[in-house]
Amino acid sequence: MAGLAAAAPVAADSRGFRRKPGLAAWLVLAPLLAWLVLFIVVPTIMLVVVSFAERDALGRVVYQFSFDNYVRAFNWVWLKVLWDSIWYAFLTTVICMLVGYPVAFFIGRAPERWRGILLMLVMVPFWTSFLIRTYAWITILSKEGLVNSLLMSSGLISAPITLLYTPFAIVLGLVYNFLPFMILPIYTSVEKLDGAMIEAAYDLGARPMRAFAQVIIPLTSPGITAGALLVFIPSICMFAITTLMGGGANPTIGEVIFKQFTSGRNQPFGAALGTLLLVLFVVALWFTRNSREEE
Amino acid sequence: MSAFASSFFPFKLREVRRLLSGTRIQSGFFGLWTAVVFAFLYIPILLLVIFSFNASKLNIRWEGFTMQWYSALLSNKPIVAAFQNSLVVACVTTVLATALGTIGAWMLYRYRFPFQRAIGLLIFVPMVMPEVLMGVSLLVLFVQLLNIPLGFTTLIISHTTFCFPFVLVGVQARLQGIDPFLEEAAMDLGATPVQAFWKVIVPYLMPAIISGALMSFTLSLDEYIVSAFLTGAQTQTLPLKVFGMAKVGLNPQLNALSALFILGTIVIVLLSQLISSKKTT
Repeated sequence: MAGLAAAAPVAADSRGFRRKPGLAAWLVLAPLLAWLVLFIVVPTIMLVVVSFAERDALGRVVYQFSFDNYVRAFNWVWLKVLWDSIWYAFLTTVICMLVGYPVAFFIGRAPERWRGILLMLVMVPFWTSFLIRTYAWITILSKEGLVNSLLMSSGLISAPITLLYTPFAIVLGLVYNFLPFMILPIYTSVEKLDGAMIEAAYDLGARPMRAFAQVIIPLTSPGITAGALLVFIPSICMFAITTLMGGGANPTIGEVIFKQFTSGRNQPFGAALGTLLLVLFVVALWFTRNSREEE
Repeated sequence: MSAFASSFFPFKLREVRRLLSGTRIQSGFFGLWTAVVFAFLYIPILLLVIFSFNASKLNIRWEGFTMQWYSALLSNKPIVAAFQNSLVVACVTTVLATALGTIGAWMLYRYRFPFQRAIGLLIFVPMVMPEVLMGVSLLVLFVQLLNIPLGFTTLIISHTTFCFPFVLVGVQARLQGIDPFLEEAAMDLGATPVQAFWKVIVPYLMPAIISGALMSFTLSLDEYIVSAFLTGAQTQTLPLKVFGMAKVGLNPQLNALSALFILGTIVIVLLSQLISSKKTT
Protein backbone atom coordinates (compact mmCIF):
# COMPACT_ATOMS: atom_id res chain seq x y z
CA MET A 1 0.00 0.00 0.00
CA ALA A 2 2.68 2.50 1.03
CA GLY A 3 4.81 1.16 -1.80
CA LEU A 4 2.09 1.73 -4.34
CA ALA A 5 1.44 5.26 -3.16
CA ALA A 6 5.14 6.08 -3.33
CA ALA A 7 5.63 4.54 -6.76
CA ALA A 8 2.72 6.22 -8.49
CA PRO A 9 3.77 9.89 -8.41
CA VAL A 10 7.28 9.20 -9.72
CA ALA A 11 6.16 7.18 -12.72
CA ALA A 12 3.37 9.57 -13.58
CA ASP A 13 5.22 12.83 -12.94
CA SER A 14 8.00 11.95 -15.33
CA ARG A 15 5.41 12.17 -18.10
CA GLY A 16 3.86 15.35 -16.72
CA PHE A 17 0.65 13.39 -16.22
CA ARG A 18 -0.72 14.23 -12.82
CA ARG A 19 -2.54 17.51 -12.78
CA LYS A 20 -3.49 19.92 -10.07
CA PRO A 21 -7.12 19.28 -9.24
CA GLY A 22 -9.67 21.88 -10.32
CA LEU A 23 -13.04 22.48 -8.70
CA ALA A 24 -14.64 19.65 -10.70
CA ALA A 25 -12.03 17.16 -9.51
CA TRP A 26 -12.58 18.21 -5.92
CA LEU A 27 -16.32 17.74 -6.33
CA VAL A 28 -15.85 14.22 -7.70
CA LEU A 29 -13.56 13.29 -4.85
CA ALA A 30 -15.82 14.94 -2.27
CA PRO A 31 -18.01 11.88 -1.51
CA LEU A 32 -14.92 9.81 -0.70
CA LEU A 33 -13.44 12.54 1.49
CA ALA A 34 -16.75 13.09 3.24
CA TRP A 35 -17.06 9.34 3.84
CA LEU A 36 -13.57 9.13 5.32
CA VAL A 37 -14.13 12.09 7.63
CA LEU A 38 -17.68 11.26 8.68
CA PHE A 39 -17.31 7.50 9.15
CA ILE A 40 -13.68 7.11 10.22
CA VAL A 41 -12.34 10.34 11.73
CA VAL A 42 -15.47 11.58 13.53
CA PRO A 43 -16.45 8.18 15.02
CA THR A 44 -12.96 7.74 16.45
CA ILE A 45 -13.13 11.18 18.05
CA MET A 46 -16.62 10.41 19.36
CA LEU A 47 -15.38 7.19 20.91
CA VAL A 48 -12.72 9.06 22.87
CA VAL A 49 -15.17 11.82 23.85
CA VAL A 50 -17.79 9.38 25.17
CA SER A 51 -15.12 7.50 27.10
CA PHE A 52 -14.73 10.61 29.28
CA ALA A 53 -18.48 11.02 29.79
CA GLU A 54 -20.78 9.59 32.44
CA ARG A 55 -24.09 7.79 32.33
CA ASP A 56 -27.35 8.42 34.15
CA ALA A 57 -29.53 5.83 35.90
CA LEU A 58 -31.24 4.90 32.63
CA GLY A 59 -27.95 4.20 30.87
CA ARG A 60 -28.05 7.39 28.80
CA VAL A 61 -24.77 9.20 28.16
CA VAL A 62 -24.29 12.41 30.13
CA TYR A 63 -21.58 14.69 28.80
CA GLN A 64 -19.79 15.56 31.99
CA PHE A 65 -16.05 15.20 32.04
CA SER A 66 -14.78 12.42 34.29
CA PHE A 67 -11.95 9.91 34.52
CA ASP A 68 -14.18 7.36 36.28
CA ASN A 69 -14.39 4.99 33.34
CA TYR A 70 -10.62 4.74 33.11
CA VAL A 71 -10.24 4.31 36.85
CA ARG A 72 -12.73 1.47 36.61
CA ALA A 73 -11.01 0.01 33.54
CA PHE A 74 -7.75 -0.37 35.49
CA ASN A 75 -9.42 -2.80 37.84
CA TRP A 76 -7.75 -6.20 37.94
CA VAL A 77 -10.94 -7.90 36.64
CA TRP A 78 -10.72 -6.03 33.34
CA LEU A 79 -6.95 -6.13 33.19
CA LYS A 80 -7.19 -9.90 33.55
CA VAL A 81 -9.64 -10.03 30.63
CA LEU A 82 -7.32 -7.88 28.54
CA TRP A 83 -4.33 -9.99 29.54
CA ASP A 84 -6.20 -13.22 28.66
CA SER A 85 -7.16 -11.79 25.26
CA ILE A 86 -3.55 -10.83 24.54
CA TRP A 87 -2.31 -14.21 25.79
CA TYR A 88 -4.72 -16.18 23.57
CA ALA A 89 -3.75 -13.98 20.62
CA PHE A 90 -0.06 -14.48 21.36
CA LEU A 91 -0.43 -18.28 21.56
CA THR A 92 -2.45 -18.21 18.35
CA THR A 93 0.25 -16.19 16.58
CA VAL A 94 3.07 -18.49 17.69
CA ILE A 95 1.18 -21.67 16.78
CA CYS A 96 0.18 -20.22 13.39
CA MET A 97 3.85 -19.41 12.76
CA LEU A 98 5.07 -22.89 13.68
CA VAL A 99 2.29 -24.64 11.79
CA GLY A 100 2.12 -22.25 8.84
CA TYR A 101 5.78 -21.66 8.05
CA PRO A 102 6.57 -25.15 6.66
CA VAL A 103 3.39 -24.98 4.59
CA ALA A 104 4.25 -21.56 3.17
CA PHE A 105 7.80 -22.74 2.52
CA PHE A 106 6.66 -25.89 0.77
CA ILE A 107 4.21 -23.99 -1.45
CA GLY A 108 6.73 -21.24 -2.21
CA ARG A 109 9.36 -23.79 -3.29
CA ALA A 110 6.96 -26.09 -5.13
CA PRO A 111 7.09 -26.29 -8.94
CA GLU A 112 5.35 -23.26 -10.37
CA ARG A 113 2.43 -25.13 -11.92
CA TRP A 114 1.53 -26.50 -8.48
CA ARG A 115 1.73 -23.23 -6.60
CA GLY A 116 -1.54 -21.80 -7.90
CA ILE A 117 -3.51 -24.88 -6.91
CA LEU A 118 -1.89 -25.17 -3.48
CA LEU A 119 -2.54 -21.48 -2.80
CA MET A 120 -6.16 -21.92 -3.83
CA LEU A 121 -6.42 -24.74 -1.32
CA VAL A 122 -5.25 -22.33 1.39
CA MET A 123 -7.60 -19.60 0.16
CA VAL A 124 -10.87 -21.53 0.00
CA PRO A 125 -11.28 -22.01 3.79
CA PHE A 126 -10.13 -18.39 4.22
CA TRP A 127 -13.11 -17.28 2.14
CA THR A 128 -15.58 -19.59 3.83
CA SER A 129 -17.60 -17.89 6.54
CA PHE A 130 -15.61 -17.92 9.79
CA LEU A 131 -18.79 -18.62 11.77
CA ILE A 132 -19.35 -21.79 9.79
CA ARG A 133 -15.76 -22.88 10.29
CA THR A 134 -16.12 -22.25 14.02
CA TYR A 135 -19.39 -24.17 14.09
CA ALA A 136 -17.57 -27.07 12.41
CA TRP A 137 -15.32 -27.30 15.46
CA ILE A 138 -18.31 -27.06 17.80
CA THR A 139 -19.77 -30.17 16.15
CA ILE A 140 -16.45 -31.91 16.73
CA LEU A 141 -15.69 -30.78 20.28
CA SER A 142 -19.03 -30.40 22.03
CA LYS A 143 -20.38 -32.87 24.61
CA GLU A 144 -22.48 -34.67 21.98
CA GLY A 145 -19.83 -33.97 19.36
CA LEU A 146 -17.74 -36.22 17.20
CA VAL A 147 -14.74 -36.74 19.47
CA ASN A 148 -16.82 -37.55 22.53
CA SER A 149 -19.17 -39.90 20.64
CA LEU A 150 -16.21 -41.73 19.13
CA LEU A 151 -14.48 -42.12 22.49
CA MET A 152 -17.68 -43.17 24.23
CA SER A 153 -18.72 -45.74 21.63
CA SER A 154 -15.24 -47.22 21.65
CA GLY A 155 -15.53 -47.53 25.41
CA LEU A 156 -12.45 -45.44 26.17
CA ILE A 157 -14.42 -43.04 28.34
CA SER A 158 -17.71 -43.45 30.15
CA ALA A 159 -18.71 -39.81 30.44
CA PRO A 160 -18.09 -37.04 27.88
CA ILE A 161 -14.97 -34.99 28.48
CA THR A 162 -15.05 -31.20 28.36
CA LEU A 163 -13.29 -29.99 25.22
CA LEU A 164 -15.46 -27.06 24.20
CA TYR A 165 -15.65 -23.92 26.37
CA THR A 166 -11.99 -24.20 27.36
CA PRO A 167 -8.95 -22.02 26.58
CA PHE A 168 -7.77 -24.92 24.40
CA ALA A 169 -10.91 -24.61 22.27
CA ILE A 170 -10.48 -20.82 22.03
CA VAL A 171 -6.93 -21.06 20.74
CA LEU A 172 -7.84 -23.91 18.39
CA GLY A 173 -10.70 -21.86 16.95
CA LEU A 174 -8.46 -18.82 16.48
CA VAL A 175 -5.66 -20.84 14.87
CA TYR A 176 -8.10 -22.57 12.54
CA ASN A 177 -9.51 -19.22 11.50
CA PHE A 178 -6.31 -17.19 11.15
CA LEU A 179 -3.83 -19.75 9.78
CA PRO A 180 -4.27 -18.59 6.14
CA PHE A 181 -3.42 -15.02 7.26
CA MET A 182 -0.03 -16.36 8.34
CA ILE A 183 0.62 -18.65 5.37
CA LEU A 184 -0.07 -16.09 2.63
CA PRO A 185 2.45 -13.35 3.57
CA ILE A 186 5.15 -15.89 4.43
CA TYR A 187 4.53 -17.55 1.08
CA THR A 188 5.09 -14.20 -0.65
CA SER A 189 8.47 -13.86 1.09
CA VAL A 190 9.49 -17.44 0.35
CA GLU A 191 8.60 -17.06 -3.30
CA LYS A 192 10.91 -14.04 -3.56
CA LEU A 193 13.69 -15.94 -1.80
CA ASP A 194 16.87 -16.10 -3.90
CA GLY A 195 17.79 -19.78 -4.30
CA ALA A 196 21.45 -18.79 -4.74
CA MET A 197 21.56 -17.57 -1.14
CA ILE A 198 20.55 -20.98 0.16
CA GLU A 199 23.03 -22.68 -2.17
CA ALA A 200 25.72 -20.35 -0.87
CA ALA A 201 24.90 -21.29 2.71
CA TYR A 202 25.21 -24.98 1.87
CA ASP A 203 28.41 -24.38 -0.12
CA LEU A 204 29.91 -22.62 2.86
CA GLY A 205 29.24 -25.74 4.86
CA ALA A 206 26.05 -24.91 6.68
CA ARG A 207 23.92 -27.87 7.66
CA PRO A 208 20.23 -27.66 6.72
CA MET A 209 19.13 -26.63 10.20
CA ARG A 210 21.72 -23.89 10.36
CA ALA A 211 21.01 -22.68 6.82
CA PHE A 212 17.37 -22.55 7.79
CA ALA A 213 17.90 -20.67 11.04
CA GLN A 214 20.55 -18.22 9.86
CA VAL A 215 19.74 -17.64 6.20
CA ILE A 216 16.21 -18.64 5.29
CA ILE A 217 14.39 -17.36 8.38
CA PRO A 218 16.05 -13.89 8.33
CA LEU A 219 15.40 -13.54 4.59
CA THR A 220 11.72 -14.33 5.01
CA SER A 221 11.28 -12.23 8.14
CA PRO A 222 9.21 -9.52 6.37
CA GLY A 223 6.60 -12.18 5.64
CA ILE A 224 6.74 -13.47 9.20
CA THR A 225 6.27 -9.96 10.61
CA ALA A 226 3.38 -9.23 8.28
CA GLY A 227 1.75 -12.55 9.12
CA ALA A 228 2.20 -12.00 12.84
CA LEU A 229 0.54 -8.58 12.57
CA LEU A 230 -2.34 -9.97 10.51
CA VAL A 231 -2.94 -12.74 13.05
CA PHE A 232 -2.19 -11.05 16.36
CA ILE A 233 -4.30 -7.88 16.19
CA PRO A 234 -7.50 -9.47 14.85
CA SER A 235 -7.08 -12.38 17.31
CA ILE A 236 -7.23 -10.02 20.28
CA CYS A 237 -10.54 -8.61 19.12
CA MET A 238 -12.20 -11.56 17.39
CA PHE A 239 -14.79 -12.11 20.09
CA ALA A 240 -17.22 -14.02 17.87
CA ILE A 241 -14.89 -17.02 17.86
CA THR A 242 -13.79 -16.71 21.48
CA THR A 243 -17.41 -16.44 22.65
CA LEU A 244 -18.50 -19.51 20.68
CA MET A 245 -15.48 -21.64 21.60
CA GLY A 246 -14.96 -20.31 25.12
CA GLY A 247 -18.52 -20.10 26.34
CA GLY A 248 -19.21 -17.40 28.88
CA ALA A 249 -16.50 -18.47 31.29
CA ASN A 250 -13.51 -17.13 29.35
CA PRO A 251 -14.50 -13.64 28.16
CA THR A 252 -12.18 -11.65 25.92
CA ILE A 253 -11.90 -7.89 25.66
CA GLY A 254 -14.07 -7.58 22.53
CA GLU A 255 -16.89 -9.48 24.19
CA VAL A 256 -16.70 -7.26 27.28
CA ILE A 257 -16.88 -4.11 25.15
CA PHE A 258 -19.80 -5.53 23.19
CA LYS A 259 -21.68 -6.35 26.39
CA GLN A 260 -21.28 -2.79 27.71
CA PHE A 261 -23.18 -1.56 24.67
CA THR A 262 -25.93 -4.19 24.79
CA SER A 263 -26.89 -5.84 28.07
CA GLY A 264 -24.51 -3.80 30.26
CA ARG A 265 -25.94 -0.45 29.14
CA ASN A 266 -22.77 1.37 30.08
CA GLN A 267 -21.64 3.04 26.88
CA PRO A 268 -19.05 5.38 28.44
CA PHE A 269 -17.28 2.47 30.12
CA GLY A 270 -17.41 0.42 26.91
CA ALA A 271 -16.00 3.44 25.06
CA ALA A 272 -13.16 3.69 27.61
CA LEU A 273 -12.24 0.04 27.07
CA GLY A 274 -12.51 0.65 23.32
CA THR A 275 -10.20 3.66 23.58
CA LEU A 276 -7.62 1.57 25.45
CA LEU A 277 -7.83 -1.04 22.69
CA LEU A 278 -7.45 1.73 20.12
CA VAL A 279 -4.26 2.95 21.83
CA LEU A 280 -2.92 -0.63 21.84
CA PHE A 281 -3.76 -0.96 18.15
CA VAL A 282 -2.09 2.32 17.17
CA VAL A 283 1.04 1.42 19.17
CA ALA A 284 1.23 -2.00 17.48
CA LEU A 285 0.86 -0.44 14.03
CA TRP A 286 3.40 2.26 14.76
CA PHE A 287 5.83 -0.33 16.08
CA THR A 288 5.60 -2.58 13.01
CA ARG A 289 5.78 0.40 10.68
CA ASN A 290 8.98 1.58 12.32
CA SER A 291 10.56 -1.86 12.25
CA ARG A 292 9.68 -2.12 8.57
CA GLU A 293 11.29 1.22 7.77
CA GLU A 294 14.48 0.16 9.50
CA GLU A 295 14.85 -2.78 7.14
CA MET B 1 44.10 -33.97 -9.93
CA SER B 2 43.47 -32.93 -13.51
CA ALA B 3 41.90 -29.61 -14.36
CA PHE B 4 38.86 -31.41 -15.64
CA ALA B 5 38.35 -33.37 -12.48
CA SER B 6 38.78 -30.38 -10.19
CA SER B 7 36.20 -28.38 -12.09
CA PHE B 8 33.85 -31.32 -12.17
CA PHE B 9 34.38 -32.95 -8.85
CA PRO B 10 33.43 -30.11 -6.46
CA PHE B 11 30.08 -29.89 -8.13
CA LYS B 12 29.44 -33.58 -7.65
CA LEU B 13 30.66 -33.48 -4.11
CA ARG B 14 28.25 -30.68 -3.41
CA GLU B 15 25.38 -32.74 -4.78
CA VAL B 16 26.34 -35.72 -2.68
CA ARG B 17 26.72 -33.60 0.39
CA ARG B 18 23.30 -32.07 -0.11
CA LEU B 19 21.68 -35.46 -0.47
CA LEU B 20 23.41 -36.70 2.64
CA SER B 21 22.67 -33.56 4.60
CA GLY B 22 19.01 -34.27 4.17
CA THR B 23 17.64 -31.58 1.89
CA ARG B 24 15.44 -34.23 0.33
CA ILE B 25 14.30 -35.48 3.70
CA GLN B 26 13.61 -31.89 4.67
CA SER B 27 11.39 -31.17 1.67
CA GLY B 28 9.72 -34.53 2.13
CA PHE B 29 8.94 -33.52 5.69
CA PHE B 30 7.59 -30.15 4.53
CA GLY B 31 5.38 -31.92 2.00
CA LEU B 32 4.01 -34.28 4.60
CA TRP B 33 3.46 -31.38 7.01
CA THR B 34 1.56 -29.46 4.33
CA ALA B 35 -0.65 -32.49 3.69
CA VAL B 36 -1.42 -32.74 7.40
CA VAL B 37 -2.25 -29.02 7.62
CA PHE B 38 -4.55 -29.27 4.61
CA ALA B 39 -6.27 -32.19 6.30
CA PHE B 40 -6.65 -30.02 9.42
CA LEU B 41 -8.14 -27.22 7.28
CA TYR B 42 -10.54 -29.38 5.29
CA ILE B 43 -11.67 -32.29 7.47
CA PRO B 44 -13.91 -30.18 9.78
CA ILE B 45 -15.59 -28.57 6.76
CA LEU B 46 -16.03 -31.93 5.04
CA LEU B 47 -17.55 -33.47 8.16
CA LEU B 48 -19.97 -30.57 8.35
CA VAL B 49 -21.14 -31.19 4.79
CA ILE B 50 -21.33 -34.99 5.18
CA PHE B 51 -23.42 -34.81 8.32
CA SER B 52 -25.81 -32.33 6.75
CA PHE B 53 -27.14 -35.39 4.86
CA ASN B 54 -27.34 -37.60 7.94
CA ALA B 55 -30.77 -38.76 9.07
CA SER B 56 -29.64 -38.92 12.71
CA LYS B 57 -29.86 -35.80 14.78
CA LEU B 58 -26.74 -36.73 16.69
CA ASN B 59 -23.68 -36.36 14.60
CA ILE B 60 -21.75 -39.54 15.05
CA ARG B 61 -24.13 -42.32 13.95
CA TRP B 62 -24.88 -42.49 10.25
CA GLU B 63 -28.51 -43.42 9.92
CA GLY B 64 -29.00 -42.94 6.23
CA PHE B 65 -29.07 -40.22 3.61
CA THR B 66 -31.65 -37.48 3.91
CA MET B 67 -32.44 -34.05 2.52
CA GLN B 68 -34.82 -33.25 5.35
CA TRP B 69 -32.54 -30.68 6.97
CA TYR B 70 -32.36 -28.77 3.71
CA SER B 71 -36.12 -28.68 3.30
CA ALA B 72 -36.50 -27.73 6.96
CA LEU B 73 -33.99 -24.94 6.40
CA LEU B 74 -35.83 -23.55 3.40
CA SER B 75 -39.10 -23.43 5.31
CA ASN B 76 -37.44 -21.87 8.37
CA LYS B 77 -38.88 -18.36 8.09
CA PRO B 78 -36.47 -16.46 10.40
CA ILE B 79 -33.46 -17.88 8.54
CA VAL B 80 -34.89 -17.06 5.12
CA ALA B 81 -35.70 -13.54 6.33
CA ALA B 82 -32.18 -13.14 7.73
CA PHE B 83 -30.74 -14.29 4.43
CA GLN B 84 -32.86 -11.74 2.57
CA ASN B 85 -31.65 -8.99 4.93
CA SER B 86 -28.06 -10.08 4.31
CA LEU B 87 -28.58 -9.98 0.56
CA VAL B 88 -30.07 -6.47 0.69
CA VAL B 89 -27.16 -5.20 2.78
CA ALA B 90 -24.54 -6.99 0.68
CA CYS B 91 -25.96 -5.78 -2.65
CA VAL B 92 -26.27 -2.11 -1.67
CA THR B 93 -22.87 -2.26 0.03
CA THR B 94 -21.29 -3.74 -3.09
CA VAL B 95 -22.68 -0.98 -5.32
CA LEU B 96 -21.62 1.82 -2.95
CA ALA B 97 -18.19 0.34 -2.19
CA THR B 98 -17.44 -0.32 -5.85
CA ALA B 99 -18.44 3.21 -6.88
CA LEU B 100 -16.51 4.89 -4.05
CA GLY B 101 -13.46 2.68 -4.53
CA THR B 102 -13.25 2.92 -8.32
CA ILE B 103 -13.84 6.67 -8.59
CA GLY B 104 -11.55 7.29 -5.61
CA ALA B 105 -8.71 5.23 -7.07
CA TRP B 106 -8.97 7.00 -10.42
CA MET B 107 -9.11 10.51 -8.94
CA LEU B 108 -6.21 9.88 -6.58
CA TYR B 109 -4.23 8.50 -9.51
CA ARG B 110 -5.16 11.19 -11.98
CA TYR B 111 -4.75 14.28 -9.83
CA ARG B 112 -2.35 15.33 -7.16
CA PHE B 113 -4.45 16.45 -4.23
CA PRO B 114 -3.01 18.18 -1.21
CA PHE B 115 -2.82 15.85 1.82
CA GLN B 116 -2.68 12.87 -0.52
CA ARG B 117 -0.62 10.88 1.98
CA ALA B 118 -3.10 11.55 4.77
CA ILE B 119 -5.97 10.47 2.50
CA GLY B 120 -4.09 7.28 1.66
CA LEU B 121 -3.54 6.58 5.36
CA LEU B 122 -7.23 7.10 6.14
CA ILE B 123 -8.19 4.67 3.38
CA PHE B 124 -5.77 2.16 4.86
CA VAL B 125 -7.29 2.41 8.37
CA PRO B 126 -10.52 0.42 7.85
CA MET B 127 -8.56 -2.43 6.23
CA VAL B 128 -6.51 -3.04 9.36
CA MET B 129 -8.73 -1.65 12.10
CA PRO B 130 -10.14 -4.39 14.35
CA GLU B 131 -13.84 -4.87 13.68
CA VAL B 132 -14.73 -4.27 17.33
CA LEU B 133 -13.29 -0.75 17.18
CA MET B 134 -15.05 0.02 13.93
CA GLY B 135 -18.34 -1.32 15.27
CA VAL B 136 -18.12 0.49 18.58
CA SER B 137 -17.06 3.85 17.16
CA LEU B 138 -19.71 3.84 14.42
CA LEU B 139 -22.33 2.85 17.00
CA VAL B 140 -21.37 5.82 19.15
CA LEU B 141 -21.54 8.08 16.09
CA PHE B 142 -24.99 6.91 15.02
CA VAL B 143 -26.53 6.83 18.47
CA GLN B 144 -24.90 9.85 20.12
CA LEU B 145 -24.26 12.28 17.28
CA LEU B 146 -26.39 11.55 14.21
CA ASN B 147 -29.45 10.00 15.89
CA ILE B 148 -29.90 7.50 13.08
CA PRO B 149 -31.95 4.49 14.25
CA LEU B 150 -30.10 1.19 13.92
CA GLY B 151 -31.16 -0.78 10.88
CA PHE B 152 -30.38 -1.15 7.18
CA THR B 153 -28.91 2.36 6.93
CA THR B 154 -26.36 1.82 9.69
CA LEU B 155 -25.52 -1.70 8.47
CA ILE B 156 -24.95 -0.52 4.89
CA ILE B 157 -22.87 2.50 5.91
CA SER B 158 -20.64 0.42 8.19
CA HIS B 159 -20.20 -2.40 5.67
CA THR B 160 -19.37 0.07 2.90
CA THR B 161 -16.75 1.65 5.15
CA PHE B 162 -14.75 -1.55 5.51
CA CYS B 163 -15.37 -2.78 1.93
CA PHE B 164 -14.52 0.17 -0.32
CA PRO B 165 -10.79 0.33 0.59
CA PHE B 166 -10.37 -3.20 -0.80
CA VAL B 167 -11.92 -2.12 -4.11
CA LEU B 168 -9.80 1.04 -4.14
CA VAL B 169 -6.53 -0.80 -3.53
CA GLY B 170 -7.33 -3.44 -6.16
CA VAL B 171 -8.19 -0.80 -8.77
CA GLN B 172 -5.11 1.22 -7.79
CA ALA B 173 -2.94 -1.83 -8.47
CA ARG B 174 -4.45 -2.22 -11.93
CA LEU B 175 -3.92 1.51 -12.63
CA GLN B 176 -0.18 0.99 -12.22
CA GLY B 177 -0.15 -0.82 -15.56
CA ILE B 178 -2.27 1.69 -17.49
CA ASP B 179 -0.96 3.70 -20.41
CA PRO B 180 -0.96 7.27 -19.05
CA PHE B 181 -1.89 8.61 -22.49
CA LEU B 182 -5.04 6.50 -22.74
CA GLU B 183 -7.26 9.22 -21.33
CA GLU B 184 -5.51 11.92 -23.32
CA ALA B 185 -5.97 9.95 -26.53
CA ALA B 186 -9.69 9.58 -25.81
CA MET B 187 -10.01 13.31 -25.16
CA ASP B 188 -8.03 14.16 -28.32
CA LEU B 189 -10.65 12.17 -30.19
CA GLY B 190 -13.32 14.40 -28.73
CA ALA B 191 -14.37 12.65 -25.50
CA THR B 192 -15.18 14.69 -22.42
CA PRO B 193 -13.34 13.65 -19.23
CA VAL B 194 -16.51 11.87 -18.05
CA GLN B 195 -16.87 10.03 -21.37
CA ALA B 196 -13.18 9.11 -21.35
CA PHE B 197 -13.57 7.67 -17.87
CA TRP B 198 -16.72 5.67 -18.66
CA LYS B 199 -15.84 4.44 -22.13
CA VAL B 200 -12.07 3.96 -21.92
CA ILE B 201 -10.82 3.81 -18.33
CA VAL B 202 -13.63 1.79 -16.73
CA PRO B 203 -13.51 -1.00 -19.36
CA TYR B 204 -9.76 -1.23 -18.84
CA LEU B 205 -10.24 -1.44 -15.06
CA MET B 206 -13.15 -3.89 -15.31
CA PRO B 207 -11.34 -7.06 -14.05
CA ALA B 208 -10.19 -5.23 -10.91
CA ILE B 209 -13.60 -3.65 -10.43
CA ILE B 210 -15.38 -7.01 -10.67
CA SER B 211 -13.03 -8.81 -8.30
CA GLY B 212 -13.30 -5.86 -5.87
CA ALA B 213 -17.09 -6.06 -6.08
CA LEU B 214 -17.07 -9.82 -5.45
CA MET B 215 -14.79 -9.28 -2.48
CA SER B 216 -17.10 -6.58 -1.05
CA PHE B 217 -20.06 -8.89 -1.50
CA THR B 218 -18.42 -11.79 0.36
CA LEU B 219 -17.00 -9.56 3.10
CA SER B 220 -20.40 -8.00 3.70
CA LEU B 221 -22.24 -11.33 3.60
CA ASP B 222 -19.83 -12.81 6.14
CA GLU B 223 -19.58 -9.88 8.57
CA TYR B 224 -20.61 -10.61 12.14
CA ILE B 225 -18.93 -8.26 14.61
CA VAL B 226 -19.66 -4.90 12.96
CA SER B 227 -23.22 -6.05 12.25
CA ALA B 228 -23.70 -7.17 15.85
CA PHE B 229 -23.08 -3.58 16.99
CA LEU B 230 -25.10 -1.85 14.28
CA THR B 231 -28.13 -4.03 13.58
CA GLY B 232 -31.66 -3.14 14.54
CA ALA B 233 -34.20 -5.62 15.90
CA GLN B 234 -35.82 -6.05 12.48
CA THR B 235 -32.67 -6.35 10.41
CA GLN B 236 -30.97 -9.51 11.74
CA THR B 237 -28.52 -10.65 9.09
CA LEU B 238 -27.61 -14.26 8.40
CA PRO B 239 -24.31 -14.29 10.34
CA LEU B 240 -26.14 -12.92 13.41
CA LYS B 241 -28.67 -15.74 13.07
CA VAL B 242 -25.93 -18.34 12.56
CA PHE B 243 -24.11 -17.08 15.64
CA GLY B 244 -27.25 -17.40 17.73
CA MET B 245 -27.81 -20.95 16.53
CA ALA B 246 -24.18 -22.05 16.93
CA LYS B 247 -24.15 -20.68 20.47
CA VAL B 248 -26.98 -23.00 21.48
CA GLY B 249 -25.25 -26.10 20.16
CA LEU B 250 -25.59 -28.74 17.47
CA ASN B 251 -28.28 -28.24 14.89
CA PRO B 252 -28.45 -30.23 11.64
CA GLN B 253 -30.18 -27.34 9.89
CA LEU B 254 -27.09 -25.29 10.55
CA ASN B 255 -25.05 -28.05 8.90
CA ALA B 256 -27.27 -27.78 5.83
CA LEU B 257 -26.92 -23.99 5.82
CA SER B 258 -23.14 -24.33 6.14
CA ALA B 259 -22.98 -26.73 3.21
CA LEU B 260 -24.90 -24.28 1.03
CA PHE B 261 -22.66 -21.42 2.17
CA ILE B 262 -19.51 -23.39 1.41
CA LEU B 263 -20.82 -24.24 -2.05
CA GLY B 264 -21.59 -20.55 -2.66
CA THR B 265 -18.13 -19.52 -1.48
CA ILE B 266 -16.39 -21.99 -3.77
CA VAL B 267 -18.39 -20.71 -6.74
CA ILE B 268 -17.48 -17.08 -5.94
CA VAL B 269 -13.78 -17.90 -5.40
CA LEU B 270 -13.59 -19.85 -8.67
CA LEU B 271 -15.37 -17.01 -10.46
CA SER B 272 -12.99 -14.34 -9.17
CA GLN B 273 -10.02 -16.62 -9.90
CA LEU B 274 -11.27 -16.98 -13.46
CA ILE B 275 -11.56 -13.20 -13.82
CA SER B 276 -8.13 -12.49 -12.37
CA SER B 277 -6.53 -15.14 -14.58
CA LYS B 278 -8.10 -13.42 -17.59
CA LYS B 279 -6.59 -10.18 -16.36
CA THR B 280 -3.05 -11.52 -16.68
CA THR B 281 -3.44 -12.96 -20.18
